[in-house]
Amino acid sequence: MLKTFPIGGIHPPENKITSSKGIKRMPVPKVVYVPISQHIGVPSEIIVDKKEKVEIGQVIAKSSGFVSSNIHSPVAGVVTKLDKIIDSSGYKKQCIVIRTDVKNETNFEEIDFPLKTKIELEPKEIIQRISDFGIVGLGGATFPSHVKLNVREDKKIDCLIINGVECEPYLTADHRLMIEKAEEIAVGIEILLVALNINKAIIGIENNKKDAIDIFKKVTQNNTKIQIAALKVKYPQGGEKQLVRAILNREVPKNGLPLDVGVIVHNVGTIFAIYEAVQYNKPLIERVVTVTGKKMENPDNYWVKIGTPIKDLIEEVGGLPEGTRKLINGGPMMGKAIKNTDVPVTKGTSGILVISEEEASRGKTENCIRCGECVFVCPMGLEAHLLMNLAEKGMFEKASNEDIMTCIECGSCSYVCPSHRPLLDYIRFGKNSVKKLETAKK
Amino acid sequence: MSNQPIVISASPHVHSDRTSKKLMYDVVIALIPAFLVSIYVFGIGALIVTSVAVASCLLFEYLIQKYLLKTEITIGDGSALITGILLAFNLPSGLPIWMIIVGSLVAIGIAKLSFGGLGFNIFNPALVGRVFLLVSFPVQMTMWPTAVENNTTISDAVTGATPLGIIKEGLMFGDTMTVISSKIPSTIDLFLGITGGSIGEMSAIALIIGGLYLIIRKVISWHIPVTLLLTMGVMTGIFWLINPEQNASPLIHILSGGALLGAFFMATDLVTSPMTRKGMVIFAIGVGVITVVIRMFGAYPEGISFAILIMNAFVPLINSSFKPRRFGSKIKSKIV
Amino acid sequence: MTDSVLYSVLLLASLGIIAAIVLYIVSKKFYVYENPLIGEIEDILPASNCAGCGSPGCKSFAEKLVNSEDISDLFCPVGGNDVMKLVAEKLGKEVTVKDPMVAVVRCQGSCDVRPKTTEFQGPRTCAISAMIYSGETDCEYGCLGDGDCVKVCQFNAMFMDEKTGLPVIITDKCTSCGACVEECPRDIIEMRPKNKKDLKIFVGCLNEDKGGIAKKACAVACIGCSKCEDICPKDAIIMENTLAYIDPVKCTLCRKCVPICPTNSIIETNFPPPKVKKVVEKKEVKKPAVKKEVIVESVNSEMNA
Repeated sequence: MLKTFPIGGIHPPENKITSSKGIKRMPVPKVVYVPISQHIGVPSEIIVDKKEKVEIGQVIAKSSGFVSSNIHSPVAGVVTKLDKIIDSSGYKKQCIVIRTDVKNETNFEEIDFPLKTKIELEPKEIIQRISDFGIVGLGGATFPSHVKLNVREDKKIDCLIINGVECEPYLTADHRLMIEKAEEIAVGIEILLVALNINKAIIGIENNKKDAIDIFKKVTQNNTKIQIAALKVKYPQGGEKQLVRAILNREVPKNGLPLDVGVIVHNVGTIFAIYEAVQYNKPLIERVVTVTGKKMENPDNYWVKIGTPIKDLIEEVGGLPEGTRKLINGGPMMGKAIKNTDVPVTKGTSGILVISEEEASRGKTENCIRCGECVFVCPMGLEAHLLMNLAEKGMFEKASNEDIMTCIECGSCSYVCPSHRPLLDYIRFGKNSVKKLETAKK
Repeated sequence: MSNQPIVISASPHVHSDRTSKKLMYDVVIALIPAFLVSIYVFGIGALIVTSVAVASCLLFEYLIQKYLLKTEITIGDGSALITGILLAFNLPSGLPIWMIIVGSLVAIGIAKLSFGGLGFNIFNPALVGRVFLLVSFPVQMTMWPTAVENNTTISDAVTGATPLGIIKEGLMFGDTMTVISSKIPSTIDLFLGITGGSIGEMSAIALIIGGLYLIIRKVISWHIPVTLLLTMGVMTGIFWLINPEQNASPLIHILSGGALLGAFFMATDLVTSPMTRKGMVIFAIGVGVITVVIRMFGAYPEGISFAILIMNAFVPLINSSFKPRRFGSKIKSKIV
Repeated sequence: MTDSVLYSVLLLASLGIIAAIVLYIVSKKFYVYENPLIGEIEDILPASNCAGCGSPGCKSFAEKLVNSEDISDLFCPVGGNDVMKLVAEKLGKEVTVKDPMVAVVRCQGSCDVRPKTTEFQGPRTCAISAMIYSGETDCEYGCLGDGDCVKVCQFNAMFMDEKTGLPVIITDKCTSCGACVEECPRDIIEMRPKNKKDLKIFVGCLNEDKGGIAKKACAVACIGCSKCEDICPKDAIIMENTLAYIDPVKCTLCRKCVPICPTNSIIETNFPPPKVKKVVEKKEVKKPAVKKEVIVESVNSEMNA
């Protein structure tokens, strides 16, 4: 019996077209657009000026609060302007535009370090380095990693969980990374174990990635600290709370964090970034991005510099196919539709999905037939139909009492609704309004 | 890039291939075996009743939506079709045609559209139509044509009582079950559907096939039918064990009358049944208990229609009292 | 036979009497004293419960009026000065006279001047599309066109113009309750003084982007050229983030800024027609004629459907 979480969940078609394609390196873009708000929390503070020359890896915007992160220049070049560019939030956000210096060789160096297993730093130094080098959660939530690692003294941690689930359909970035960099990730896990001063880590991988499971089993053969947990394929297993429940059978309390049950969860991509930062002083300036879509000519996985405009990626895989109706930053379940191809890749971009007419259009919204399917699939045990109704009618206080704030926005309810009701749209609206009400009360 | 603008919408960007229409037509498919058996047993009468009910339900939905409510016309979604079939399945095959039309009008006009159409009705429309006819025209509604030898004749001449009717009457006159059981069809006949009764309710095997189809296609969950039949079985079983001479066996109770039709097709109606698993179980227990109580102590020999309608009224209450377990509510929440 | 009639009459009568007694006792026992003035003031107020005054309803506003010493900063926008005068007389307190206000839509981005670059699929409410992205056009400051303001207006003073895709305010019906101002996620609607004859001049744009970008997204966008600021004799025009704003207090309605605007983004309403051509176009919208009533109704019936 494979492990999984008990309530709700769905199994959308996986469509992992690119799972057998090795990660290639994206050519260095001519211009990069680096948004200063790539993480959850306070936007970073710009510390470069127009026309200033920057080196690759130089800090160009520094952390400006507790929950914030440094941002480094992904290329060596010249800051051409500080402008507002539409990013995947759908709004124009402050951006640092850097023109790549084509003569500077550092831009084109292959960044492929040899494996280095010896950990030389003290726990405090490790966390400091993670903070300095701008590491954030690469699974999509982009929560600054050092904040997660700074565990308060009264909390006891006994287990580190590595999220290699990648439950989103289409995306294969984490999958490929696990296959190609298994040894490095294992070292990265060791680094975090040192930083947290614990000796148990479990890597959770869904059973549709058997090759990754096998590789990790081989790599960690002689390592008693790291275990592998093969999980049943079920969306949204990559949600922190679901993953902790699936692997350890511990349930994170309502409004709580995995920290409350003694667990810290990190994504495999984050672990690799931590490995590179700690062992080789490499800041987070590139990440793996899956560029995919059913009609794409050659969908693939790429190492992409942060700030690369999406149109460069699409050109690289053969341009937009005929009949493209939707571009998604992320996976099809939780990704954001973007307005145009000028949107840059950010630290949270795990994939670019191109969707054609047939899949893009939403079905016509019909009356709720009260089938209850949204209730059965909700991994948080919420009643989506009820929450939607309450939000639509503006009864936000009641919605709050029905635990609307615990919704993880996985989209399972909208996915299964036979009447194509925009459940999650309204629930998100309800959450926003509840948040506003709460801040107004304070 | 194509000429059409890029579409923006909130996540999720994919959708399962379930649609309301598909669910509805799955129910129609599941009803086909029972329909075929009814034609075999009652001949052309069953066909006439069913087609009249379906046609009038669709027509009334169309007319009311077009001329009275002036809303979008939704006869294509299959829900009126199901209402028509289920209404017909709950009627005796020799019923006068005008009564069927009246029943359809009540089902569609009053029970469904006056509440706001599909999804807003509190009571199962087909059952409301049926019960309306039953209390208005008790004589015609309990004239049960028995199985005909020649399937092509309209068999309103041959009438008999349903097995449950025979039992009820027999017990009232003080007969014992041993005497009565010689008068009712054998268990095998009940199972296959060689018996009297409403059009759709005779053949246990056909209904079970249809019900299993729905469960496999995930249109309905097993909770309601299984709990409902178990409740009926346990309750009648207790009575039967106490006094087998005065009470029919659980097997007869489950195989005869509308128990199976109700359990698989009426009580599980998506709109009028609870939306949580816990609620479904409670709902089904309620239906089972009320059905058995009506069958044993009530004036009518059969009570599942009433039982389902009564429990329909409790569905909003059940929905709000039996919530799914929220993730993380097991442990006391610690605020970080 | 007569017995049963008698019994039922007696039974019903006694039931009625018992119920009446119970009601009487309960109403006496649980009587709550309330200042009778509150009721009287409530009768004066327009009973629209629109919350335009800041209180949740007319009753609570009445309580506030009666209970507070100084009511000079309380104002009922729907009833206006007349109602406040009556209130003042009743309570013997001072009220301030305020200029009547009216809501204006500060966006002219109709379908033909502001092309749509994307298509939104989802619930058609401004609140939700604003949450997801910047709207179907390239202007992220302008009207989203889903009519949340129309839905929230309880005086039927607004409708969505199907041609332009923008909300239109019927000035005569607008009570300046402010519900639409609150509802609009883009803050496009502003309360401005109604003046005599409903004369208004305001900038019909909120685009803070630089000139070129703004102009590309919308032909009538304010490009921040500052020409109006230079020409204004009263310093009533404030430039901020490449966007002009006309201070309604300082503005004397001289109309010098209107023709000078290179993108026609300054709107004037209800001025006599000569000189500027644009007025004609605007008049069409603002004319409170019979024809408009028809449109309003048709919009409403569609909303109800």
